[in-house]
Amino acid sequence: MWLTSKIKQLMLVAKPGVVTLDYPLQPAPAPQTFRGQPTWDHHKCIGCGGCANHCPARCILTRDVCQELRVMLYDGTRCTYCGRCADVCPEDAIKMSNTFQTASDDKDDVTTRMELFMMTCQRCGRCYEMENSNAIDRLDLKGFRYDNLEQRALLRKSSETFAPDLLAETEGYQRPRR
Amino acid sequence: MLRSLCKKMFAKSVWVYHCNTGACNGCDIEILNILTPYYDVERFGIKLVASPRHADAMLISGAVTRPTLPLVKRAYEAIPSPKLVFAIGSCATGGGAWFDTYNVTGGVDKVLPVDYFIPGCPSRPEAILFGIALALGLVEKEAAPVELKQMEFPIDIYERREAWEKRNVIYELLK
Repeated sequence: MWLTSKIKQLMLVAKPGVVTLDYPLQPAPAPQTFRGQPTWDHHKCIGCGGCANHCPARCILTRDVCQELRVMLYDGTRCTYCGRCADVCPEDAIKMSNTFQTASDDKDDVTTRMELFMMTCQRCGRCYEMENSNAIDRLDLKGFRYDNLEQRALLRKSSETFAPDLLAETEGYQRPRR
Repeated sequence: MLRSLCKKMFAKSVWVYHCNTGACNGCDIEILNILTPYYDVERFGIKLVASPRHADAMLISGAVTRPTLPLVKRAYEAIPSPKLVFAIGSCATGGGAWFDTYNVTGGVDKVLPVDYFIPGCPSRPEAILFGIALALGLVEKEAAPVELKQMEFPIDIYERREAWEKRNVIYELLK
């Protein structure tokens, strides 16, 4: 009897009612534990570059424009929202917010650009120490860094003192082709 | 009259073709998730079709790898224009963690013209719904680029000073 089975089906469906989420018309906030777009607090940031070193997708780029000014660029298009930058930050300047409504028609809409003022050490006159002579330890990229912000490319180069020639060299960076 | 009614009602009914270009299947599961009764995307007239020839939009997940690159291009050309391309997930928008590797093109936008980017790893089903609603004009765009500065310290000052020094060098040569 198909009619009784249909009636049974209707009864089954009527029990839970409408389950569909009325999402774009009604807001549906993500839970607090959700890791969404990371946010920066530029008053707390000291510009150590630890987040840039630990990002698995290499989406935080660091470019030293001069001795005193460091530009950090977060490129959210390739961010995997793992939260390692927020974990590693010594000053708790990075917070993972729970915003997920980041869809847009422009790639640049999910970027955060930060200009940091860097003071040199009063004692030694340098910003950083590069004691590691080991090549693997040097992958941590201490010192002045010259990533290309236009190409969104991380360059594994760093120098102990500010080098304007390295800065000029990385300006027209092209990804190596086969 | 029926034709005008149909035009009005089906103007925004987008049929989508789902294309995996080397994703880890996370984004694909979320795309299937928005077709379930909980996030019912068919209330906007969106339907998943198997052939790109029937589709209006293309949902691409995954960084475009080298083996799939010609296939993605062929699937894109098979869609009758006008067509929309959605890049879903971090791999499709920017290449993900593989943006630099040898066999990855690094994002869909280096291959095809992309209309909407939906970041996330994987994108939340609500985020994909938000992107689709953005394409249909139901919601406003919320993301915007952020610029933070610790102090007003213009970069051009350095370039200007450099140019001034170069000019002085020429004057010294003339002396």
